[in-house]
Amino acid sequence: MIQADVLIVGGGMAGQTLAAALGGAGLAVVLVDRERPAETRALAYDGRTSAVAFGAMRALDGIGLWSRLSDGAEPILEIRVSDRDSPLFLHYDHAALGNDPLGFIVENTAIRRALGDHLAALPTVQMIAPASVAQLERGRGRATATLDDGRTITALLAVAADGRNSPMRRAAGINVAEWSYPQTGLVCTIAHEKPHRGVAHERFLPAGPLAVLPMRGDRSSIVWTERADLAPAMLDLDDAAFAREIENRFGPHLGAMTLEGARWSYPLAFTLADRYVMPRLALLGDAARAIHPIAGQGFNLGLRDVAVLAEVVVDAARLGLDPGDMSVLERYERWRRFDGLALAATTDLLNRLFSTAFPPVQMMRDLGLAMVNEIPQLKRFFMRDAMGTAGDLPRLVRGEAL
Amino acid sequence: MKHAQPHASVDASEVAKFAALADSWWDTNGPYRPLHRLNPVRLAFIRDRLCALLERDARSLKPLKGLRIADIGCGGGLLTEPLARMGAEVTGIDAAEENVAAAAAHAEETEVTISYRATTAEALVAEGASFDAVISMEVVEHVADRDAFLADCVALTRPGGGLFLATLNRTVKSYAMAIVGAEYVLRWLPRGTHDWKRFVRPSELASALRNAGADVKALAGVGYNPMTDTWGLEKGVDVNYMAFAVSRED
Repeated sequence: MIQADVLIVGGGMAGQTLAAALGGAGLAVVLVDRERPAETRALAYDGRTSAVAFGAMRALDGIGLWSRLSDGAEPILEIRVSDRDSPLFLHYDHAALGNDPLGFIVENTAIRRALGDHLAALPTVQMIAPASVAQLERGRGRATATLDDGRTITALLAVAADGRNSPMRRAAGINVAEWSYPQTGLVCTIAHEKPHRGVAHERFLPAGPLAVLPMRGDRSSIVWTERADLAPAMLDLDDAAFAREIENRFGPHLGAMTLEGARWSYPLAFTLADRYVMPRLALLGDAARAIHPIAGQGFNLGLRDVAVLAEVVVDAARLGLDPGDMSVLERYERWRRFDGLALAATTDLLNRLFSTAFPPVQMMRDLGLAMVNEIPQLKRFFMRDAMGTAGDLPRLVRGEAL
Repeated sequence: MKHAQPHASVDASEVAKFAALADSWWDTNGPYRPLHRLNPVRLAFIRDRLCALLERDARSLKPLKGLRIADIGCGGGLLTEPLARMGAEVTGIDAAEENVAAAAAHAEETEVTISYRATTAEALVAEGASFDAVISMEVVEHVADRDAFLADCVALTRPGGGLFLATLNRTVKSYAMAIVGAEYVLRWLPRGTHDWKRFVRPSELASALRNAGADVKALAGVGYNPMTDTWGLEKGVDVNYMAFAVSRED
């Protein structure tokens, strides 16, 4: 029987970051992941990038991870939101709020490698992989997990960080609201002729948004939302033709584009758990809510989960209280649910609003974008929201120690 | 377990009232729900003051490691167990044997080492016991001889050690909130839990402690925010409050 304070099931970015935060505070953590660690460090495993909002960067810094990531992170200095050929667009410039960048674009592979190296150096964190949890028993005093190889782990709190389809969440009988979009996310990296100057572009097209996000060098990360029925044909194109399709959609600002490395495709869906906690169990990251990637907020939301759950668990542990007790977990749920719900609803609405060619809707949203652009207070609010520095913030996101 | 002898500072009818509730102590949504909500605020106050007094790191996981602490009127052990998990060697005493039995059974279940005894503060004084810190939450308003009880608490605190007391102030507002509000309107507490006339003014507490050899260093109000369903420290001490005193060294 392996004893721990907290058992984390799922070694994705959210689960590992929580392990780093809790382990850094001295708690005994066991992390179970079904993948072989060497595989998750390979580029072929996940070619995506993550937008790390400024607040999320502070949280990563507080956990001690940012120093391992900053060299490969490209600062976002401006965000330009545009609607096809419309002259009206929304423009966020970091200089409007001070000197801090709005956020950073970081390659997921870099995040996974940094997490792996960081966790290996934490004495109270134990990684068990590859392994999966066959059964979780949530008892009065402790939660006990039985692994498929028969090993057992007992902890005061079990955290389900096992992704959008979370088997742990299903086993606990927590219902989700979910629907899928008739859209596919196509992801790749491109090299381009002209420098991006730190500008992130979000271009709304009838099939869905096209995001062009600045990476180190003259490279950008592409998140191209395409109609699900058209996506297979796009994926069948050769590299040069695929790059031309992106050029056609994006326009000439970055010059000629060439594809770098592989392409990935992801079906787009929306999942929201109807509760985030049960006695001795908390849902984290995509297991709690997976949103449309339109606003680049998935990892940021996961990191906010991490910052809040780490804070309530560590606060409880430092007071000798039981971190798996509902009185502690309810604080996490109350704090996180609104944020998750609001963002899920907003991104869903944005996607629906911008994926239409119906002229009155087009005109309204153009006016809306222009209005936000012209009203400084409104714009600063949206910028702070995008930076992840609005609202009631956990200590790590405020840039304070856990 | 042997029945504790009745003592001057114990009022028999008051003890019986809480004993009837002993089994439900640990139900976080049961009759002691307000205490469970209040607990983190009290624990943080105790930990932070004690760590400042004895120069310890409040951010560590065992900030009270090795400290000898007495929890007087420990009830079901709601405060006693966390203190032990913070590393303290805790003695939990309660005049009601049912409370002590419930607390000990729970500590066994959660694998926390605590010395629970059905006894009184004055009996501990008679044994010559001494602690780095003495904690007594919501007891002083239930005892028959308040000044004698407070003197016992001071006697149990080693010179330079900390004494923590929580009670209710005797004000119009405390009558409205603790009696009418908590017992009759919200039904947080069974009717008759408190007798307003026994509530203690901070000045009365401070002068009794001073006479016994301890000086009050801090008073903190404890208030409820109905919007967030949480308790927190506040400046006003006109209803619930905590006092932190230090036993004089000379």
